[in-house]
Amino acid sequence: MNRGSKFIFGIMTVGIFFMLSLAVGAAVIEKAEEKKDDIPKFFVPKPPPSGSFPCSKCHTYRAIDKKKRKLELSHTGITLKHAEEQRWCYDCHEGDKLKLQNGQLIDFDKSYLLCGQCHGTIFRDWKAGIHGKRTGLWEGEKVYLLCVSCHDPHQPKYKPIEPKEPPMKPADIKLKK
Amino acid sequence: MSKKIRNNPLGISMDRRMFLKSAAAGIAAASALPVSAADAFDINAFLQKHFREMTEDEIKKVIGRLEKEASLEWKKDVRISAAKATPGVKFGYGLDLSRCIGCRKCVYACVSENNQSRNPQVHWISVLKFKKGEKWIDLENSEKYYNPKEVPEKDSFYMPVQCQQCEDSPCVKACPTQATWKEPDGIVVIDYNWCIGCRYCMAACPYGARRFNWSKPNVPANELNTETHYLGNRPRYKGVVEKCTFCIQRTRAGKYPACVEVCPVGARKFGNLLDPKSEIRYLIENKRVFRLKEDLNTNPKFYYFFAT
Ligand code: HEC
Ligand code: HEC
Ligand code: HEC
Ligand code: HEC
Repeated sequence: MNRGSKFIFGIMTVGIFFMLSLAVGAAVIEKAEEKKDDIPKFFVPKPPPSGSFPCSKCHTYRAIDKKKRKLELSHTGITLKHAEEQRWCYDCHEGDKLKLQNGQLIDFDKSYLLCGQCHGTIFRDWKAGIHGKRTGLWEGEKVYLLCVSCHDPHQPKYKPIEPKEPPMKPADIKLKK
Repeated sequence: MSKKIRNNPLGISMDRRMFLKSAAAGIAAASALPVSAADAFDINAFLQKHFREMTEDEIKKVIGRLEKEASLEWKKDVRISAAKATPGVKFGYGLDLSRCIGCRKCVYACVSENNQSRNPQVHWISVLKFKKGEKWIDLENSEKYYNPKEVPEKDSFYMPVQCQQCEDSPCVKACPTQATWKEPDGIVVIDYNWCIGCRYCMAACPYGARRFNWSKPNVPANELNTETHYLGNRPRYKGVVEKCTFCIQRTRAGKYPACVEVCPVGARKFGNLLDPKSEIRYLIENKRVFRLKEDLNTNPKFYYFFAT
């Protein structure tokens, strides 16, 4: 089994769980099955290191507090602006892992599975290389950017950036003799 | 491909190479020029055949000469590839207008990858800004010099325009010297050694995608990209036309174009139109796509699309 099909197999196993909870899930799996050979090898870079890993470093010493609140002792940079009415941290986190809706725990570098649960269409586009970005070879190995490389999972709206300078107006272009 | 690349411009029934050879030999003889030592006037450059008429051997010789010239001039090891199109490949490009934020990173990645002149400035990509809701396909109503602190701006969207790699390219038809043509993988290329700088192609291009070198391209030597292709980003001359080639030096080596790799929002897609499993085919089949000025029947291989 090559890495690509292993990945698909992985998705499908996870997918079987989705199916129980999500109708969308079913569509994704069907598509994934059709496209079994289509998905190239995945080389998803690891998420950037952060002082927060591993979570258990601190959390083994803390009782879980499920109360929705503004965090002040730690994680002060994290404010949830992502369907925050409906959920809170522990809908996605558990221990040192990420948690899917069915309770299954996954590693941080598989976070796309988490996002894919609710954003099925985009997830499908992402696998096909349409949403998000791949680099590498157009007909060979590709590196995928993770959803979280572009979207902060806690405030996923894409942040505006500074543009590069505008082109010179023709009148400002000087010919060097 | 037709072997007779162009008609004898003087109507003399002698093939061009023969004609030039005898003419040049005549000049050389008349003025007693030491042909071998003449570097200002290189007889080999003058006699260079049309790229598509050259044999492998001849191409190798020409490339060797050009590499030597360029390496001397830039004091760097400039490599010029002549990699051919791969059979079964026709390149297509996709640009997601629902994602592009107008940051212009593609513009400058293109400049450094493709050795465009910095000053005078040559850009192969123009990013146009439109007000949402306006009759926007009308390119004249766009803004090219926008310069806010941050993009995207409210109520605006952006459309980068570059060579659309038309299947039925008006520029190719307009060229009087056949210095520009469409390769089998669909890339419209220019032979800078055959371009005479008449700029008919620029007038013919409905997309304003071609650029003219009014002076010798000005590229800082330390920024020169030395991985080049004969039909692509090799250093150009004063008085020749240039444009996007889908980064022929990269894409014929299997890589994505530089603009695809740099785009921070992943709006740019690229692949083989003949491969049903490519991302370009996926988007054509699954998304709303359109091509620019479709009514002109230029049949571009550059697809704008909306992912949402
Ligand atoms: C440096 C120690 C430290 C690390 C490492 C750390 N946390 Fe915390 N975490 C805290 C503290 C302290 C709080 C309490 C903040 C408050 O109540 O204001 C907290 C609160 C939380 C909460 C809010 C709910 C609760 O139980 O209080 C969540 C969820 C959470 N952390 C998740 C994580 C995750 C996921 C990681 C790993 C990616 C992580 N933390 C790593 C110290 C840490
Ligand atoms: C939508 C699911 C989701 C929710 C809800 C969520 N997180 Fe996260 N969180 C993630 C994902 C995915 C990552 C991994 C990001 C990465 O790989 O870069 C992450 C990373 C983290 C990290 C480590 C990176 C960092 O920024 O320090 C911490 C700490 C964390 N989350 C805490 C929290 C806290 C506290 C809450 C509640 C206020 C919360 N998360 C709510 C999905 C979620
Ligand atoms: C439990 C379901 C769920 C999961 C899991 C989830 N999202 Fe969302 N997401 C939503 C909903 C609902 C919205 C729309 C409401 C909103 O924007 O707050 C949304 C909105 C978004 C948006 C649009 C934000 C905007 O303001 O335009 C982005 C981007 C996004 N999610 C990315 C992600 C990423 C990346 C992940 C994985 C880390 C993820 N989502 C995981 C439910 C989810
Ligand atoms: C290369 C960067 C990039 C990657 C990787 C990426 N996105 Fe996005 N995404 C964007 C941009 C840019 C937008 C449009 C800007 C916006 O509306 O916030 C967007 C928009 C969205 C939206 C808003 C709805 C829409 O269609 O506009 C969702 C939801 C979303 N992305 C989810 C995901 C998920 C899930 C993944 C991973 C499977 C992912 N994204 C990967 C850049 C990215």
